[in-house]
Amino acid sequence: MKKLPTWADVGLVPLISLTLAALVSAMVLLAIGESPMQALTVMVEGALGSPYAWGYTLYYATSFIFTGLAVTVAFHAGLFNIGGEGQAQLGGLGVALVCLMLPWPHWTLALGAAMIGAAAFGAAWAAIPAYLQARRGSHIVITTIMFNYIAAALLIYLLVNVLRPAGSMDPASANFPDATHLPQFQDMPIIQGLFQRIGADGLPRLNAEGLPIYQKVPANVTFFIALIACVLVWVLLWHTRLGYQIRAFGKSEKAAVYAGISPFKIIMVSMLISGGLSGLMAINNVMGQSERLLQNSASGAGFIGIAVALMGRNHPIGILLAAILFGFLYQGGAALGLNTQIPIELRTVVQGLVILFTGALDQMVRMILGWFFRQKRSA
Amino acid sequence: MDFATFLQVSDTALRFATPLLLACLAGLFSERAGIFDIGLEGKMLMAAMSAAAVAAITGSVWIGLIAGIAGSLLFALVHGVASITFRGNQLISGVALNFVASGITVLIAQDLFGQGGRTAPLSGDARFAPIDLPFVDSLSAIPVFGPIYAEVLSGHTILVYVALLLVPISWWVLFRTRFGLRLRAVGENPASVDTAGVSVVRLRFTAVLIAGVLCGLAGAYMSTGLQAGFGREMTAGRGYIALAALIFAKWRPWYCLWATLLFGFLQALALRPDVVESLTHLAIPVPFLDALPYILTVIVLAGFVGKAIPPRAGGEPYVKER
Repeated sequence: MKKLPTWADVGLVPLISLTLAALVSAMVLLAIGESPMQALTVMVEGALGSPYAWGYTLYYATSFIFTGLAVTVAFHAGLFNIGGEGQAQLGGLGVALVCLMLPWPHWTLALGAAMIGAAAFGAAWAAIPAYLQARRGSHIVITTIMFNYIAAALLIYLLVNVLRPAGSMDPASANFPDATHLPQFQDMPIIQGLFQRIGADGLPRLNAEGLPIYQKVPANVTFFIALIACVLVWVLLWHTRLGYQIRAFGKSEKAAVYAGISPFKIIMVSMLISGGLSGLMAINNVMGQSERLLQNSASGAGFIGIAVALMGRNHPIGILLAAILFGFLYQGGAALGLNTQIPIELRTVVQGLVILFTGALDQMVRMILGWFFRQKRSA
Repeated sequence: MDFATFLQVSDTALRFATPLLLACLAGLFSERAGIFDIGLEGKMLMAAMSAAAVAAITGSVWIGLIAGIAGSLLFALVHGVASITFRGNQLISGVALNFVASGITVLIAQDLFGQGGRTAPLSGDARFAPIDLPFVDSLSAIPVFGPIYAEVLSGHTILVYVALLLVPISWWVLFRTRFGLRLRAVGENPASVDTAGVSVVRLRFTAVLIAGVLCGLAGAYMSTGLQAGFGREMTAGRGYIALAALIFAKWRPWYCLWATLLFGFLQALALRPDVVESLTHLAIPVPFLDALPYILTVIVLAGFVGKAIPPRAGGEPYVKER
């Protein structure tokens, strides 16, 4: 089969995969007697139609950027890390311990420490499968899946028996102190104007002290950290010696070993970075939004990272775009669940279809495109 | 633990082991042919929903069973097309199908029954009824064996016995027939099978579809035998436990039986913390029992208890010409 031109491979293949996923989703909707166009309208309105909607879409996107980057770093080393979910839950544990154990004077200090805690716990959870892969040859896909379930069980135990405050029935930790509250979009100067509540008379609504009231959105300062993380991962992978080694190892283990690259080191380091990035996601949802550790805190974002990485072609720019797309899908799906008869699970179907078409049926798309390009050339 | 409690827990263990065993054998056929199957979970879920929905509508559990198998086969076919025909990544295909199944089962059930993603509760002919094995009464007088026969082995639905019978059948098919030899060869060295003039694609598709049928049985058992209807995410990770059991069993049929019985026993014990505590004199947390199958599998994978060597060509798409 002839190779496709680069622009088609990078741009057209994901676009066509996405279109196919959307078409199948539309067929599913038609099959259960709903209108795909109406569903799309509700999703766009609910996820992109207002600053408030964007406040949710970007909140989800932030989590997906971290988990997407995590999958990508491992992918470049030829490792498929399905363990993002468990690593993110462990990251949440790190955040909770940092926020609850020490009296923090200011959120900036708490944020720095919580980031270290989140990354360290996430990396630690990835370290065991990485070690078993590097030293014992245990298949990392299977071990990371197992570690997701072990993480879930561990967190249930810790939340019910250890972290749960006395007298509470919820399997959740205590609320974090106010000093660890991260600024959300409505707390930030300049952007906050977008979230002003407007009364029926068209004037901004004011509170008792005469200050404007803002709509509360979950998107928070972590979004900017996620953008920085995109840049850092790009620098790491394409502009450092380590990144070169990771990519060389991922392309051909034998050639890398011949060039003096240690497989043990690359597997460990890339999985530690991957786990650390997954763990960092907890800054967004645990510290930035729920402000306490809940059961199943990652709520599937670890898995969505797989879809984001595939869709984004394992490049930080692609991941940023794909994360926003999935943020739209997630928030739009929630809007569907609220405003229509369509169950919220539609977003799981679309997510699965995107993974299927971009990750497993990509050869099919390439074959179709290759056929099209040959036709054009011979014409 | 007294004898009566032991019988009770064993009975539950056999019920819980059945879907694991069927899914484990499904994975056995697929992975022995060189196709990794992370999608056991999704196929079971799809089968559970289809079986319960059709059984509720038609009132016949047998039509439900056929529908369950059909639902699972549909997903198996997609997995086959993605990983055999288009040589896609088998792991990613499995992960994707699990997500699709997780969502679409709720969508369909909600559309058909409008009960928050559940199917209508099943009763009477829409469920598999327990079967009493022959001579239960006359044998029950025998000490030890009698009560075990009556309490543990007898009184299950037909799918439990089908699952148990499938163990020797799978062994015989895989290790005593020409088809089985070829199927195992295609998972170790597809080029050799190809050279012998046997179609790699057809063999692998057969294996994947056999896995689909077995997952269909597993899912149908979940919703029409073990429970009376489908609920969202009702398989609750059993597909992954089956995958763990398959590794634990080192891809061998009889070991699959022992591994799934062990994991079924652990699941049954997780329901009875009082029994665990009286046995060990320790307050072992339930989440630990839930996690134990996964922990055991990691230990086996790490090679501390014998080495688990997967089929050599597993996960590799076969390219005929270079």
